[in-house]
Amino acid sequence: MEANVTESSPILWPQTGGVRRVPYRIFTDPTVYAREQERLFGGRSWNYVALNAELPNPGDYKATFIGDTPVIVCRDREGELNAMVNRCAHRGALVCRDFLGNRAALQCVYHQWTYDLRGHLTGVPFRKGLDGKGGYRPNFDTAQHSLRKLNLTSYRGLAFASFTDQMEPIEEYLGDNIRPWIDRVFNRPVKVLGYARQFIHANWKLYVENVKDPYHASLLHLFHATFNIYRANQGGGCLVDPNGRTSIIRAWRRSDQNDRDVEEMAPRTHRKGYQLADPSILESRKEFEVELTNSINHIFPCVVVQQIQNTLATRHILPKGPDSFELLFTFFGYQDDDKEMDRLRLKHANLVGPAGYISMEDGYATELVQQAIQGGGCDSSFVELGGEVEREDENLNTEAAIRSFWSYYRSVMEI
Amino acid sequence: MSIDTREARWVVEDLLAGYADCIDSDRLEDWPDFFIENCLYKIVPWENVSRNLAIGWVLCDSRGMLQDRVVAHRTANLYAPHRYRHIVGTVRILSCADQFIEARANYLIVRTALDAVHYGTSEIYSAGEYRDRIVVENGSAKFVEKIVVADTARVDTLLVTPI
Repeated sequence: MEANVTESSPILWPQTGGVRRVPYRIFTDPTVYAREQERLFGGRSWNYVALNAELPNPGDYKATFIGDTPVIVCRDREGELNAMVNRCAHRGALVCRDFLGNRAALQCVYHQWTYDLRGHLTGVPFRKGLDGKGGYRPNFDTAQHSLRKLNLTSYRGLAFASFTDQMEPIEEYLGDNIRPWIDRVFNRPVKVLGYARQFIHANWKLYVENVKDPYHASLLHLFHATFNIYRANQGGGCLVDPNGRTSIIRAWRRSDQNDRDVEEMAPRTHRKGYQLADPSILESRKEFEVELTNSINHIFPCVVVQQIQNTLATRHILPKGPDSFELLFTFFGYQDDDKEMDRLRLKHANLVGPAGYISMEDGYATELVQQAIQGGGCDSSFVELGGEVEREDENLNTEAAIRSFWSYYRSVMEI
Repeated sequence: MSIDTREARWVVEDLLAGYADCIDSDRLEDWPDFFIENCLYKIVPWENVSRNLAIGWVLCDSRGMLQDRVVAHRTANLYAPHRYRHIVGTVRILSCADQFIEARANYLIVRTALDAVHYGTSEIYSAGEYRDRIVVENGSAKFVEKIVVADTARVDTLLVTPI
């Protein structure tokens, strides 16, 4: 009997080392990617699809993706959000063709099948044919031909969808210890400030590792060190939910450590001599009860909620095959922001996004890995910073959150 | 001193040619000198401009911020080595009054990779439009405002070299 690749594990995880060794094939193998579509994106995940604020009015829709599958998020006449597969129930064409829009009804252009804003089929041209010829049989039932509906839930202005109906409540999914940090950012109504997109030539999971990796912050991103702004003695740490699905890396200012110690520990990061000609980019305004300079919050599988100074954004990781992904930033502020805060958020956007002083390297670093692991055979990476811990680790020199991700990933993927 | 449209076209074409050459020949340290001290330089994707969304990729509201971008480019930021060729299209003069000129021009940037994996590969990196406000003082033209509206919303990997 021919083995079904989706049943037997497509790759062998190293026998020893557990999640402290990650086989490089996990980032390159098309059979792994195919299994992710089914088990991970198509399985028991709450997939981020939108900010509710992107779709304020009835008829507003957004075309997005869950894994490879095109998805529509749409606000109906009653004001509720709905999520459907963006694929006509007739012969499979895309129904919503632009990224954002507003329609009274959703219509496929191919044969003009029309759906209401909840995805129910309402109109079929030539249903009874013409002059008694052609058309569908009399028992044709429009109720049997809706767009494929997804399970949708909202949490404080974030919309998540799932292919599975039997999902735990989103509150539970986010984790009791992580949820308060999401509440911290989504504490009142938000407004969308704009989008930024990057196309990265690397596997999406390399980016997930990156956002769970506080170790690289002061070593890869040299902006702060170059201008003598940031030091590795910044306080911080990572939190992981008990299931390993969500995590947060937090950093805050701390001044109880000698700069010289840090210089000896990480000499490359400490470069004297440069000062910002215009330091206005560093002016930030206190706006949270708990002050953090950076808060990078990953929600499995594919979204990051970030706060860096006064920039707020979701980063939606959109896989595009085993060796590339799109990174879609949705920048936001609060509806009650004053003009000065609007100005600060725009200015701090210099720090993140495709040209971000402290983020442009992230995508590049993942590409350097993707390029180097080609032909990697059975090699694996070394993820032992901080030992074997997979849970909380209240320091920045740890890979605990990365290990916790891989533990959860392996359980979902049965790899 | 006021300038007429024909003269303005020469001034703008000359400025844009010098600007593009400065970047393409990697003389980034000279790049801020194309702007006045209290300038505005923004790179924003057209998708935001068309939706009246304010956020962009780069927002510098002083020449000092441009200088900081150059220092970061040289010293702090990490990226695959590359070079640009700017192809700047025909200049359109929207207005010229006193010493101020408002002009637009399309641009296209072909980026050539210089890293080991992609060495020598050229591709269209960005297409868009310059929306410029220029001041001519003492015979020299500088940008008061340069808004780069990029049609290419999906940035290939990253943006470090100015457009």
